Amino acid sequence: MIRLLGDFDLAEEALQDAFAAALERWPVEGTPASPRAWLISTGRFKAIDKLRKRRREVASPPDPLSLEERGYDPTEVEDYDVTDDRLRLIFTCCHPALNPDAQVAMTLREVCGLTTEQVAAAFLSKAPALAQRIVRAKSKIRDARIPYEVPELRDLPERLASVLHVVYLVFNQGYFTRADLATEAIRLGRLLVELLPEPEAIGLLALMLLHDARRATRTTSDGMLIPLEEQHRAQWKRDQIEEGAALVRRAFETRRAGPYALQAAIAAVHAEAPSSAETDWSEIVGLYDVLLRMDPSPVVELNRAAAVAMRDGPERGLALIDAILARGELQDYHLVHAARADLFRRLGRRAEARAAYERALELAVEGPERRLIERRLVEL
Amino acid sequence: MKYLCLIYEDEKWWEKASPAEMQQGMADYGAFTDSIKKSGNYVGGEALQPTNTATSVRVRNGKLSATDGPYVETKEQLGGYYLITAKDLNDAVQVASRIPGARHGTVEVRPIMEFDQP
Repeated sequence: MIRLLGDFDLAEEALQDAFAAALERWPVEGTPASPRAWLISTGRFKAIDKLRKRRREVASPPDPLSLEERGYDPTEVEDYDVTDDRLRLIFTCCHPALNPDAQVAMTLREVCGLTTEQVAAAFLSKAPALAQRIVRAKSKIRDARIPYEVPELRDLPERLASVLHVVYLVFNQGYFTRADLATEAIRLGRLLVELLPEPEAIGLLALMLLHDARRATRTTSDGMLIPLEEQHRAQWKRDQIEEGAALVRRAFETRRAGPYALQAAIAAVHAEAPSSAETDWSEIVGLYDVLLRMDPSPVVELNRAAAVAMRDGPERGLALIDAILARGELQDYHLVHAARADLFRRLGRRAEARAAYERALELAVEGPERRLIERRLVEL
Repeated sequence: MKYLCLIYEDEKWWEKASPAEMQQGMADYGAFTDSIKKSGNYVGGEALQPTNTATSVRVRNGKLSATDGPYVETKEQLGGYYLITAKDLNDAVQVASRIPGARHGTVEVRPIMEFDQP
């Protein structure tokens, strides 16, 4: 319906009108042979009526006749494809020309079916402000004519990247506290893999499944982060880890594995290791090397440094972290200082560890990571 | 549907350009214009004189004021435009991405408002 009308709100109203008409007429006239086609064609006529009425009331309404000019064939609804439409909806909601917050909000609302209030609560924003952003995004879709379609092959990698980014944002928002959001993100990830099995879509789903498998063991009941080496591995969700690891292999088999698949591969090595000590740290460092070449970033370098410290000893890790800081990068990132502090602690250099934990504490916001830093300071 | 592509570039680039660079720049725009004429996207387009030739005109309380220069100083200035016709925003963005100025400046794509014929 959105594809036929090019307007989200109009499509919603039209479909409601069509359902109302169905309630009146189907019991009397019998259910039509193709209920879906009946609803869509009725909705379309209702929408055209509405536009005609509006045309008399408002100065410049869109012209319903231009629907045909825009290349829409009304007979097309007969073999209307639902899966294609869900994919179109995702790509439209995550269109890079829309405000980033609105992309996330529209995806959760239109694709996952959350209410504006639920989305606002999840992202700690005010519902009216969020509703306003959605209204603006919807009018941009209509007025700038953002097409309701899956992008052409030429644009697909870039456009898929913005869809995956939105899904990952939703997942990360739910990382510590909102299991429901993480579940929604995984559901979206599954849908994408089913509809468009591109290596990075597969990689992202794998990454989310592998991280989510550790959800129950990641924080204490009072909300403190439990570091990987102290987590109860027996409580990790084995079936999810197996599914994630299989997806990683599938992404790598395409020989087009990207950054999500690589991060998932790293998570899989962790997830499949019986303990922190028995983890294949060389494999992890190697995967980080590939990731850095593909997608250089100081945060990835920091993670690599932590893996090097596990493989070659804390001094080697420290040297790498200090090199990042010496370049003037990540100086205000609390996890850099927490990582340095951990390495000092392992070396028994308590004064330096304390100073680094204190610096991390100054920079960390309230949350599970901060709670862990506080515990470490007490333990020193 | 029609879109206006506003090309914002650092106009000093053209001032500083060597004759060869200038010629290349002109040739790039010439080739782009030809390509969108052939593809049927072209409706119109012009390059503008630099902002030091601009005059800002305002009428307040019926009184005309014409002052020198653009209204605000910016790093990139409006240097020209294309009016194009495109199927939808994705199509328009594709055309806009081929405007030579998009490689170092910014091209703003604005849909043209369409009014009903009386």
